[in-house]
Amino acid sequence: MTTVEHDPIAQTSEGAQEMGPRSSADAAELLRELGATLRMSEAEAAELINEGPSEDQTMIINMGPQHPSTHGVLRLMLELEGETVLRTKPIVGYLHTGMEKTGENLTFLQGPTNVTRMDYASPLFSELAFSLTTEKLLGIDEDIPLRAQWIRMLMTELNRITSHLLFLATNGMDIGAVSMMLYGWRDREEGLRVLEAITGLRMNHNYIRPGGVAADLPDGWRDKVLGFVDSVPQSLEEYDVLLTGQPIYRERLQGVGVITAQEAIALGATGPILRSTGVAWDLRRDLPYLRYEDVEFDVVVGTYGDCFDRYAIRLNEIRESIRIVHQILDQLPPGDYRIQDKKVTPPPRARIDESMEALIHHFKIFTEGFKVPEGEAYCAVESPRGELGCYIVSDGSSKPYRMHVRGPSFVNLQTLPHMIRGGLIADAVAVISSVDPIMGEVDR
Amino acid sequence: MADDTAVHEEGAPAEETDAAADPTPEPETVHGAPVTRSRGQRVLHPQRSELPALVRALRDDDGYLMCLDVTAVDYLAYEGDRHLPDGVDPERFEVVVILLSHAARERLRIRVQVPETDATCPSLFEVHPGTEAMEREVFDMFGIRFDGHPDLTRILMPEDWEGHPLRKDESVGQIPVQFKAPQDAR
Repeated sequence: MTTVEHDPIAQTSEGAQEMGPRSSADAAELLRELGATLRMSEAEAAELINEGPSEDQTMIINMGPQHPSTHGVLRLMLELEGETVLRTKPIVGYLHTGMEKTGENLTFLQGPTNVTRMDYASPLFSELAFSLTTEKLLGIDEDIPLRAQWIRMLMTELNRITSHLLFLATNGMDIGAVSMMLYGWRDREEGLRVLEAITGLRMNHNYIRPGGVAADLPDGWRDKVLGFVDSVPQSLEEYDVLLTGQPIYRERLQGVGVITAQEAIALGATGPILRSTGVAWDLRRDLPYLRYEDVEFDVVVGTYGDCFDRYAIRLNEIRESIRIVHQILDQLPPGDYRIQDKKVTPPPRARIDESMEALIHHFKIFTEGFKVPEGEAYCAVESPRGELGCYIVSDGSSKPYRMHVRGPSFVNLQTLPHMIRGGLIADAVAVISSVDPIMGEVDR
Repeated sequence: MADDTAVHEEGAPAEETDAAADPTPEPETVHGAPVTRSRGQRVLHPQRSELPALVRALRDDDGYLMCLDVTAVDYLAYEGDRHLPDGVDPERFEVVVILLSHAARERLRIRVQVPETDATCPSLFEVHPGTEAMEREVFDMFGIRFDGHPDLTRILMPEDWEGHPLRKDESVGQIPVQFKAPQDAR
């Protein structure tokens, strides 16, 4: 292997993250910014450095980080020729709060509190990925009570509905269908009320924890869940009238931001972006976790890989989630909502009042935490945005030695240059919206 | 002659008992990289220089079409067993690559040892363009340079940041306390 000379200063001073003028980019960099890694060779891109439009014909503009359609603090640098986007570079990191470092200083029991703040539109999925990985490290992943697994499924499917409703709302808003925004937020709020009734919080629930869930379902939960999932199909019919069949909306989305299956796979895109290209890949069906083998649902796929397919997939995934929720309501078994393993589970609250040992046990678990055997593991779940993975290395203590979360939004953002290239700047807004990035998860 | 056969007869059963004690006498390898198992998941341990060729072979021959994740671990303060196979020397850094095969419905993890003195790793960008942002993140957080990466800059931290936050010798940040106790508290 050839040794590469490194400038010692370069270890800390890396140069600009921004997109530079065309003449300053080398071929490989240009290739990526053009979003053409698969479409042209490096040699062809090298020619474009000289043969592309000259610098006085193009303009590099910033879109974001403070732009209403960038869903938070995403910043795009766009090279424009007139209204046509030639190059795109997403610049992220404005919401970086070092959550992976924080995770190394929290016990495994406190971990879900941290990761739940990553993807704030679907927080239960982060908790689930973290808990599944911790359970795998503990070796108790086979022993989680059935009821706990079904409750986890119920909660994540409800969360998927609220997350997709949020997508429909913001997608409508970005395209200009502002009434859709109001309807979407309204219906999502109904879902959040159900989540609040069960977990105590609208968002950042810290409900799914290693060993099970925080508390059993409260009295009256079934009526609340039914009330919500029975109201959504009617709303979806309204959305169909409002958006799906509406010519203006279709014109804005159809054939915009097209990506092929080959590109999506090469770029690591998962979730609705991958499925919009026709690849039927859903972890719930293909690498099942929890009890997804016991429920029936369809994996919704698209054909053209455009923004409209991604919209339609999410709309119909809400219908599939409702189907799953109904099956969960029918099949939810009685039993424990968390594992009765004294190493992981604190004693019941009532025991603390009468037993000194239970009080000490409770105190030890919440101050010191429980020790997790040495080793490393990776578990992933199908979040509304794609494969949400968690990689944990444990050194045998009660805190993760290293905790890494594979945020699907972070990886999916790399498809933006491919999808925006050659389109109009107004279509860039539609494309960003259809990727549905959550910046908390991108920057972590 | 008799002596020779006796030696052979003694030798053969001895080998069998060895094999019985160790269920895998021949270490399992995939494209020349030793394989271990961690909690039921397959883990490959190639040499650093072999990483791109291995990932390419896995993509072209074995159907591992997607690279899900590239991350790293700093084992500076780790005291336990690293679970490495024979012939792989532990180093301070470890680059972890997670691949996915849609056809086999299986994930595969690759752990590559990266020494502290030469914290570089060959880039996978040529094989999987989707590793671009993840390798930038690893560089940003750990200071591991990826040779062949088209645009290796910081991605999450500000570009004038000094240090690499997820290294174990970087302390957790603190904000200076802005409050003081009154000097003559009574």
